Amino acid sequence: MLHVREIFVVLVAMLALSVVASGLERFPPPEFETDYVRPTTTVPHPRQDVWEYIDAGVLLAALGLAAYLVLRRRSRNATFVLMVFSLAYFGFFRKGCVCSIGAIQNIALTAFDPSYAVPITVVIFFALPLVFTLFFGRVFCGAVCPLGAIQDAVLIHPVKVPRWLENGLRSIAYLYLGAGVLLAATGCMFIICRYDPFVGFFRLGANWNLLVLGGCLLLIGLFVGRPYCRFLCPYGVILRQFSRLSRWRVSITPTECIQCRLCEDACPFGAIRKPTEKWPASEYKVAKRRLTCLLVLLPILVGAGGWAGHELRPWLAQAHPQVRLAQRIYLEENDPAAGTTDASDAFRATGRPNAELYAEAAQIRGRFAIGGALLGGFIGLVIGGKLLSLSVKRRRTDYEADPASCVACGRCYAYCPKEHERLTQKKTTAVAHG
Amino acid sequence: MADRSDDVTRRRLLRDGLWGACLAGVGGVVGFAAQKGRKTDLLWQIDPYKCIACGNCATHCVLEDSAVKCMHVHAICGYCRICFGFFDPEPFELTEGAENQICPTGAIERKFVEDPYYEYNIDESLCNGCGKCVKTCNAFGNGSLFLQVQHDRCVNCNQCAIAAACPSQAFQRVPADNPYLLKSVDHA
Repeated sequence: MLHVREIFVVLVAMLALSVVASGLERFPPPEFETDYVRPTTTVPHPRQDVWEYIDAGVLLAALGLAAYLVLRRRSRNATFVLMVFSLAYFGFFRKGCVCSIGAIQNIALTAFDPSYAVPITVVIFFALPLVFTLFFGRVFCGAVCPLGAIQDAVLIHPVKVPRWLENGLRSIAYLYLGAGVLLAATGCMFIICRYDPFVGFFRLGANWNLLVLGGCLLLIGLFVGRPYCRFLCPYGVILRQFSRLSRWRVSITPTECIQCRLCEDACPFGAIRKPTEKWPASEYKVAKRRLTCLLVLLPILVGAGGWAGHELRPWLAQAHPQVRLAQRIYLEENDPAAGTTDASDAFRATGRPNAELYAEAAQIRGRFAIGGALLGGFIGLVIGGKLLSLSVKRRRTDYEADPASCVACGRCYAYCPKEHERLTQKKTTAVAHG
Repeated sequence: MADRSDDVTRRRLLRDGLWGACLAGVGGVVGFAAQKGRKTDLLWQIDPYKCIACGNCATHCVLEDSAVKCMHVHAICGYCRICFGFFDPEPFELTEGAENQICPTGAIERKFVEDPYYEYNIDESLCNGCGKCVKTCNAFGNGSLFLQVQHDRCVNCNQCAIAAACPSQAFQRVPADNPYLLKSVDHA
């Protein structure tokens, strides 16, 4: 047959030229003499969309139930059961995706990329916990978030973290939030999802480095309560601020505080604040002056941060694959010894002119100039805000749960003698009525 | 409740104002995203015309067995007797022996149709998505073999690990109601 010879001729020609091109129909599809029918390509269908809506429904139900169990029933055991359910459902059954923490990035991307439209369910996952936090405090963290649940479940011997260390480490979360939003908004990638330390456990398999990171966090989590939530979680940063304003929140005692100090060490997450004494007048004066200085310093810090972020733009912009590609192509054009990479080969195969790539990279760098300045300003604001909050002393007469740090786990209730009184009373009235 | 007094104090007013602003902010974000948003989910898929079959798909997926598999559109296939996607570049002989095949897992099945044509099919359970056959089929054949994310396997990570490692930026998000980017005959 002529066809076979043709194949060989073409093969030799191809190998000699070693042309790499795609989409060419080198061999015309045959016309069969027998009654052979070409198989059609079948594609396996994705999971039904209805599951996404079921997830949103489960999230709503779990949040409502969490608020009821923590604030109304005041039951740690029931909250724990709900937490385990959330770990099983959102974590192991739904494989940890999509989660509210990662949804921040989808929202950031949809705000800045006109071509990206975020699925409605992701919006629900982003907004529902925020709304619930505005009403009931961080009930999402306590009983619904699978990442919080997996850490809470392994906590066996809580160790107290000094306040200064806790405050310092928490800045990482702010930085992480800023970086996550910047990289998502500029279309680089979703780092919060990429480096999610626990998703590997939920899927029972992941990149080795991530499993090690997750394992380390869980090991630390045996002694330090919820290390990811407290020091890294970017969503937790937003929830903290919202929780400060919440309508209802965890109160350790059901009636009034009798200052028994029994709950002092109850919280494994360092959220219980002791009563404070009134400042002596002399100290008050110094503190007032310090506060004024810090208020003046705040815009300076924001400005300095913004400037630093702006100056770091060439470095930040390298997070974008297109910028890295442009740099690589530029290097290869000017240094023949550099060789080529898969990425540069792929770019050359498309036949696009280099100038077009450089222009695109320059445009992305421009976006990073603004984004970097905003990120830097945000970090300056966080540092300034932290300094301010350290120099403001709030008066507390009772033992209270700090609304920002409290994750509404319900552990402290059992430590309060007033709570025991309430429970006994409830029991006796129930017996009397029943 | 945190506030013990019911009087409207300056602090309370500020707090309530901030609370309302936060709620309105969340509402605004939801409104903006929903007006722009879509009802269907988004899934990851490979644009076969951008894919360079580098092999990252086989190694970078979070799943033990990659969600990316080779697909075959028979309408493009030349049904070659000497298939560059099937045979090793330097085969010992042109038979179905494993030592002559390019596929490391022997996932491509070859079936005689009529002289000189052979039909090629992918056994998905064996394919690991390495793209070796895709590369040679694209380079020397019609390019009827190409890689696609199989949505019955893909767990749809918010950030696909392969997409982050893809050198040709071939990964993109596609709507769930049309989740494949198959090659077609009439593509230029």
